Amino acid sequence: MEYFLQQLINGLTLGSIYGLIAIGYTMVYGIIGMINFAHGDIFMIGAFIALATFLILTSVLGFAFLPLVLLIVLIVSMLFTAAWGWTVERIAYRPLRGSFRLAPLITAIGMSIVLQNFVQISQGARVKPLPPQIQGGITLMQGDTETGAILVQLSYMQIIIILTTLVLMAGFTLLISRTSLGRSQRACEQDRKMASLLGVNVDRTISLTFVMGAALASVAGLMFLLLYGVIDFYIGFLAGVKAFTAAVLGGIGSLPGAMLGGILIGLIEVFWSGYFSVEYKDVAAFSILAIVLIFLPSGLLGKPEVEKV
Amino acid sequence: MASDTTVPSASEMKPAGAQALREARSDAGGPPVKRYTLRDTLIDAVGAALLTGVLGFFFLALRTEIAPGGLDITTRWVLWFTAVAIVFVGRLLLNLFVFRTERPITRRLRRSSGGKVAVRPGWVSRAIAIALFAIAAFLPFLIMAIFPGQQRQLIDLSILILTYVMLGWGLNIVVGLAGLLDLGYVAFYAVGAYSFALLSTHFEFIGFWTALPLAGMLAAFWGLALGFPVLRLRGDYLAIVTLAFGEIIRVVLLNWYEVTGGPNGISGVPKPTFFGYEFTRGEDGASALLGLEYSTIHRFIYLYYIIFLLALLTNFVTMRLRKLPVGRAWEALREDEIACRSLGINTTNTKLTAFSIGAMFGGFAGSFFATRQGFISPESFTFLESAIILAIVVLGGLGSQIGVVVASVVMIGGIELLRNVGFLGNLLPGFDPVQYRMLIFGLAMVAIMVWKPRGLVTTRTPSAVLKEQKKIGADMVSQGEGH
Repeated sequence: MEYFLQQLINGLTLGSIYGLIAIGYTMVYGIIGMINFAHGDIFMIGAFIALATFLILTSVLGFAFLPLVLLIVLIVSMLFTAAWGWTVERIAYRPLRGSFRLAPLITAIGMSIVLQNFVQISQGARVKPLPPQIQGGITLMQGDTETGAILVQLSYMQIIIILTTLVLMAGFTLLISRTSLGRSQRACEQDRKMASLLGVNVDRTISLTFVMGAALASVAGLMFLLLYGVIDFYIGFLAGVKAFTAAVLGGIGSLPGAMLGGILIGLIEVFWSGYFSVEYKDVAAFSILAIVLIFLPSGLLGKPEVEKV
Repeated sequence: MASDTTVPSASEMKPAGAQALREARSDAGGPPVKRYTLRDTLIDAVGAALLTGVLGFFFLALRTEIAPGGLDITTRWVLWFTAVAIVFVGRLLLNLFVFRTERPITRRLRRSSGGKVAVRPGWVSRAIAIALFAIAAFLPFLIMAIFPGQQRQLIDLSILILTYVMLGWGLNIVVGLAGLLDLGYVAFYAVGAYSFALLSTHFEFIGFWTALPLAGMLAAFWGLALGFPVLRLRGDYLAIVTLAFGEIIRVVLLNWYEVTGGPNGISGVPKPTFFGYEFTRGEDGASALLGLEYSTIHRFIYLYYIIFLLALLTNFVTMRLRKLPVGRAWEALREDEIACRSLGINTTNTKLTAFSIGAMFGGFAGSFFATRQGFISPESFTFLESAIILAIVVLGGLGSQIGVVVASVVMIGGIELLRNVGFLGNLLPGFDPVQYRMLIFGLAMVAIMVWKPRGLVTTRTPSAVLKEQKKIGADMVSQGEGH
């Protein structure tokens, strides 16, 4: 029972990170119907920017107050990663708008290779370790009081990750449902041609979608950095594939679905490694994806697609 | 009633005609070209340079290094500034001569990418095809005659390119003909390689030639087994599930130590024999059998001809299958699945045959890969490999057999040639072209797709013809949208 609770907490934390990345996939897929393969690498870029900003603030400028440092790191990495997201869309996807379906998929794979190798060459192939910055936590269940064994612990890091995700999700839902930008995004998602006839700047809306997706991915990157303390140029691929799995599982195009799918994938992965085997955790996540798609092709919260002749 | 109002007079038609002419001259079919001043061009270049500065700040100007006691950060302002300057100058030149001018210097290139019918007479393309075939058939001897110093590397490179050609042709059946997007093709390549390696290490009597059909059959079986549950999914969902299967197979290969040896892989995979004779030194070697003096190059030439024949077999089978009902059904399925279903084609079976035949050729190529390397490990079967094969098929032009060859030569050959341009390292200190191989590969993928979204070969040959065989533009062929 205690073990179960602890795994549940770990799974929720990991799931939040996947969910934040999955939103970028699901929004892009919803609007232009392509798998943005480079999105996982945008997440990796975000983690590297966060690491560099953190090092500048702490070791070069000598800031010591951690919450302020983390806030600045968050904002800086969101801004700079958003610029990366915008550029990738501008270079690789916008020239192919209205082209056939496989072309942007190939440029996306190409961009993913470019980003990985760019970071590998410019920052080196070795992993970058960062010592844990936020330690301690709330003990939910104490085991044997004499030995001081902790059975269930909710660390401050996990609280921060889950809270940040919740705040971002709330803000994001407001953005989509209340602002004019969100309205034009939803309009583009439903019918891009009609939206442009009615005066929505489609190119700008799509660019902003990429910018928002990249900003959220960079938050996920920062969290990944703080949670695991190790990043390298290759983290984007697996995280990206799993986040895309999450987006599909939740129903692609649906924002709550992306978050739900992310949390489910996180839980599956953590429980599988906790109860069965660590080696095959990716197999578990991917098998679930295949099974869900076969029996529930539009995902958990997605709208079923109507085939028109 | 309509005659006096709708038909304009000749004088009225003139400006419109001139306008259309001007538009057609400036750009094919696009909106009227905006005239750019030098100021706009400069502002645009400055913007690009600023963007480079922003993007590059954390990657070019700064570098995190592992230092004693944590991470250290170093600065490289010169590199950063150089990158910004290069982008500024490059963008300015592109703007002045290509993008924002009425007469771009690349206009001739752009014009050829339109969906027009090629007007090359039939005998010319046939002559080109025969010439290419002859070159490929005698390539090892040509290499030996022209580059005696580098014959080993060059024949090895040709073998590598032909392996990708074969893989590309195999995948072309699935993606190009049947219109099914498969992102996990490397799984079947892995199945082929591992079945040969395992069979040969466990059973003494199994050599390359006995294992080859078995590996193909096993891969085809895996294609059926994986395809059966997933083939009713639509386009992108199918893509992601095949990607997931590819990853599952890799993870299983990586972790199933008892059978696959895990990350250590399997070594000591036997070399192919020539009618039972191995290419070894001595009396009973194949070289002695053929009355030649022993040389290590013989084995490479032999490998070249094996993959050459395998690739030809793939091409031949594909071309014949296209004429059979099942091949027609694949292409019909790619064009319109609903119409297919309403005409009584069993779509599931049709997709399964494409999937498993494609997988079979992947399996053949896999067992060839195992025998060439003599060693296999899961490292060789990553998603990147699938992406490269798919990129070759799409960059060459989906459904075009010659396109796969062109793309393989350009992408694989071009990348491997970077190894040989050591002089660049002398020109620019600290520039190691080998390190930049994959970066350049990715950039080339993006650039070729943006330049020619339908692939390098822009014509297709339809399988079914009414009167005469002729080429059509690639735009007329569907790419399996929505399936």
